[in-house]
Amino acid sequence: MATNNKYLVGVYGDDDITLKAVKSIRAANIKIHEVFSPFPIHGIDEALGYKHSRLPKAAFMFGALGLTLALTMQFWMLGYDWQMIIGGKNFASLPPFVPVSFELTVLISALGMVATFLIASDLKPYKKPKIFDIRITDDKHVIAIDLGQNKLAKEEISKIVADTGAEEVNEKSFD
Amino acid sequence: MSEDKFVFTAGLQKKLLIAKLIGIALVVVGILFVAFGGHGHEEAAAGHHYHWLHRVWVNLWINNIYFLGIALTGVLFLALQYASQAGWSAYINRIPEAFGGWIYVAFGLTLIIFGLGNYAGPSHFHIFHWLDSSLYVEGGENYDAIIAGKQGYLNLPFFLTRLVIYFVLWIMMFRFIRNESLKEDINGGDSHWRKLRVYSTVFIIIFAVTSSTAAWDWVLSIDTHWFSTMFGWYVFASWFVAAIAAITLILIWLREQGHFMQLNSDHLHDLGKYLFAFSIFWTYIWFSQYLLIYYANIPEEAVYFLERVNSEQYAWVFYVNILLNFILPFFILMTRDSKRHTIFLKIACTFILIGHWFDFYLMITPGTLSENGGVGFIEIGMAVIFAAGFIYVVFRGLAKASLVARNHPMLEESLHHHV
Repeated sequence: MATNNKYLVGVYGDDDITLKAVKSIRAANIKIHEVFSPFPIHGIDEALGYKHSRLPKAAFMFGALGLTLALTMQFWMLGYDWQMIIGGKNFASLPPFVPVSFELTVLISALGMVATFLIASDLKPYKKPKIFDIRITDDKHVIAIDLGQNKLAKEEISKIVADTGAEEVNEKSFD
Repeated sequence: MSEDKFVFTAGLQKKLLIAKLIGIALVVVGILFVAFGGHGHEEAAAGHHYHWLHRVWVNLWINNIYFLGIALTGVLFLALQYASQAGWSAYINRIPEAFGGWIYVAFGLTLIIFGLGNYAGPSHFHIFHWLDSSLYVEGGENYDAIIAGKQGYLNLPFFLTRLVIYFVLWIMMFRFIRNESLKEDINGGDSHWRKLRVYSTVFIIIFAVTSSTAAWDWVLSIDTHWFSTMFGWYVFASWFVAAIAAITLILIWLREQGHFMQLNSDHLHDLGKYLFAFSIFWTYIWFSQYLLIYYANIPEEAVYFLERVNSEQYAWVFYVNILLNFILPFFILMTRDSKRHTIFLKIACTFILIGHWFDFYLMITPGTLSENGGVGFIEIGMAVIFAAGFIYVVFRGLAKASLVARNHPMLEESLHHHV
């Protein structure tokens, strides 16, 4: 569903109330855009119904890529392109390749995970952040609801949010 | 919370007894096969009828080291939980605590098997080559300059003194921990827990030294000429991951019997992470030892691996060892879901327990039985006998006290464990 950049922002003063509010708002069939809090709230992922991150799958694939690159590089370099006698070993022997392969697996998988995370979270360097309430870095928790993604009228949603214990219910729009 | 009590029923005891009898029957069948099966090699022809006995002694020693290690590192696991003030494990602490009971049994077994294996039968069938006194006679026929150079450490009085010191220290520290934990059940409060932290720290320090030296004494010295600076760590890693697998398996079994009803998948997840991490740790140590010896290629070091990889008896064990202890656990336990589901944990734990038995088999057998070794009824039967005995002792330990340390100050945290 498209967004019209108009948000309803519920401000809460307590993490327990926020957690309960998330559950009751979702129970009322209202779609939550995002929850912001100054510290991690235990159990909020489950309450928001987030699926498990697919980052580990990306990590595995980047790791496999790193391993393949490392082994290809070493076998090509030492086994074919520039054969060197080291300690009387075969040109292409697996055991000495293991540490390098391990390091490159870890490196590519770590860099790939960081890149995947930045792209998936839409954290571009020039991105202008949407700040729903400046106090989320201090002492307030915020539940943001995208009005464009909900069928209910603004007043109805506002009433439901207020009933869940919100200290303030504000409207916020971004250009 | 309600009291959780494990009853070691007569039915269970009977099952373990049957397992033990099956093990004995397998060993007897294996002995008959070896003694009359025409397994003889030319080299062993001189004392052929002692051959099977030698193999039995070696098997006793393998299993003794393996199960002693599981018991010992079980107590280490417990001590680590106290020393690091871990909360998540408070609910399941009684399981590794019950492992400690086997250390008493192992003390007796070690002395008996060491005596039997080295002072009964012809001398060329002994487990420890360095006990042969003719090696140290300068100018003598059997004089071995390398072994004579190690005499300051490898001599019988010092060896036995060390053996007794290890066991006395381990048993003493385990008793302190166990008694304090049982007193906590009655008195409550956190004073016992504070004392447990001190005892655990002392145990860890003692274990850090003695686990390495015990590994040199009991396993490394079998290949008397050979040496490896990684060996203490290698044996420790093998023991520790096997102990965690044993803890996990027993916990899952007890859960299926209707105990530990408040166990959640986050506890299992943590144990799964332990298994995964220490399987990789073992592989890291294994590979570090292998790579250095492979690359330096010094004959007196490389012979250790040549005896294994280039032999028709042990080459397959060498590869099975890596398959069971690294490749399979690594891929089985990789995902989050597999660490949280008992079926995957059961499969991985079984592989790890069998795999690390093979690991000790591979450390001990080539140096003692050389080309007469093999994996047959004697090996399987002896492992079954020891496993049944070990489980018997652990179950008796579990039945003696409440299954959950009910006054552990962090029990509440453990029950609500969430990752």
